[in-house]
Amino acid sequence: MKAIRFDYRTQKRLIIVLFTIIPVALLLVFSYYPLVKMVQYSLTNWDGFSPDSKFVGLANYKTIFTDPTYFSVFRTSLYYFVATFFQLGFALLFATILSFKVKFANFWKGVLFFPYLLNGVAIGFIFLYFYKQHGTLDTLLSFIGLKSQIHLWLGDRSINNISLAFTSIWRYTGFNFLIFLGAIQSVNPEVYEAAEMDGANRWNQFRFIILPSIKEIVFLNIILGVSGSLSVFDIPYIMTSGSNGTNTFVIQTIDTAFKYNKLGLASAMAIILLLIVVVVTVLQRIFTREKASR
Amino acid sequence: MHAHHFTIGTFFKYLLLVIGAVVAIVPILVVFLGSFKSNTEFLSTGVLSLPKHLDFSNYKTAFVNGQMLTGFKNTFLIFAISMVGKLLLGSAFAFAINRFNFKLKKPIMALFMVAMLIPAITSQVATFQIINAMGLFNKIWSVIVLNLGTDVISIYIFLQFLDGIPVSLDESAYLDGANYFQIFYKIILPNLKAPMVTILIISGVQIYNDFYNPFLYMPDPNLKVISTALFAFKGPYGTNWPVILAGVIIVILPILIVFLTLQKYIYNGVAGSVK
Repeated sequence: MKAIRFDYRTQKRLIIVLFTIIPVALLLVFSYYPLVKMVQYSLTNWDGFSPDSKFVGLANYKTIFTDPTYFSVFRTSLYYFVATFFQLGFALLFATILSFKVKFANFWKGVLFFPYLLNGVAIGFIFLYFYKQHGTLDTLLSFIGLKSQIHLWLGDRSINNISLAFTSIWRYTGFNFLIFLGAIQSVNPEVYEAAEMDGANRWNQFRFIILPSIKEIVFLNIILGVSGSLSVFDIPYIMTSGSNGTNTFVIQTIDTAFKYNKLGLASAMAIILLLIVVVVTVLQRIFTREKASR
Repeated sequence: MHAHHFTIGTFFKYLLLVIGAVVAIVPILVVFLGSFKSNTEFLSTGVLSLPKHLDFSNYKTAFVNGQMLTGFKNTFLIFAISMVGKLLLGSAFAFAINRFNFKLKKPIMALFMVAMLIPAITSQVATFQIINAMGLFNKIWSVIVLNLGTDVISIYIFLQFLDGIPVSLDESAYLDGANYFQIFYKIILPNLKAPMVTILIISGVQIYNDFYNPFLYMPDPNLKVISTALFAFKGPYGTNWPVILAGVIIVILPILIVFLTLQKYIYNGVAGSVK
């Protein structure tokens, strides 16, 4: 009997090693090793393919902070950051409405959430079509007599980033909406009943019951908006390829690496972005933990 | 007075919902309308006008010339292999972490926690070199391996769920003479169906919509996935909108069908993934 079965200590060891080794190896190779490599590349002028490269110290970092072509792209992130607030506002509005009794609740919920599931490339084309000359937006504007307001939505530098940021709002509002709705619905319905019996109107119910119950999660989403707006990539890449001032930091990084073959410089850019995201996330963790322990 | 106030409130409630729904639907609806129009009809009519007849020839062009069958085949292959890998690796890993104590447990968990902070897109610059050095560039395995290697969320979902499966279940099997492997296969795995469905849905949507990895690592036209097949419409069909629009609808349709049939699971899965 004992000869057939490993004793439990050996079994335990075997299981621990067998069951964890592949995920840990994958994590090290695809999450941590790239980081180490990136720090290393960022100190060189490597082009990504030639056999040798030169150590250049912090020159790449200096270029990013002094050459406006690299640093100015952070300005684009501001549009997406501001958009985050609209996105959260709309999400909160609809989550609040749908947390009360509404006819066809499932239909509204489904329609508002569905855009979040769509393929980014499909969304890119949908909004290229939406914004194109004589496209959907132009047609709607002429229809309501605002023909004079028509712009080159994706070409005109004064408005193209707003057009792209709106696309991002359209895509992600459903996600925040679903999260907020879940948080609101986790409040015991008896609380609303009691409030209603006490004569609280909808506004007071919102202020004193709904808002406190989702304050934390709204705050968390604002913080996520910071890292989100810094790492915007696919919508502007697919729709405008980052032209006419719609370049984001990530598009710039990817182009620097793979189009202009400045892998060292691109690595330095990635490291800077990574540091910002990590600092923001850590601050958020500290803040929410403090709140939770209070 | 009170009743009057109530009706105005109701009116605004539904007005806002209708506006929200129109904003969400109209951009997709006009794409649907345009996808049936012939080129001349498209140029001579407005975007909001209905097509004269239901002509599927744009769909045929998009599907055949756009190599969308290749796209669906590759996407499905990546999905199937990645999911088997994620579910097996994730559940086994979570089992070992949740049920046993060992020296490296805490450092390993810390590694996984910290990895969540790293935005995948920023490290592509170096990941590319690694994939290339492994000889996986322009192979379907590049994307599969990356799907497996950067997946922390499924592990968390499994871990969370395992907390709720009582250890007494393992113990009674153990007393009946089962070894740990049998406990995992016969006791734990059958109990993990719910988190598996959640992961299947979240990762499924993610893999179906993934554009960046296939775009960067598999430029070979035979390795097109659904996103890159659609993206390729940008060049040759630059001005042929009806065909592009048909392509967009072809890509959206499977997601719409899945959404309509699995709505509840999708809501729970998406909401559960952020906890």
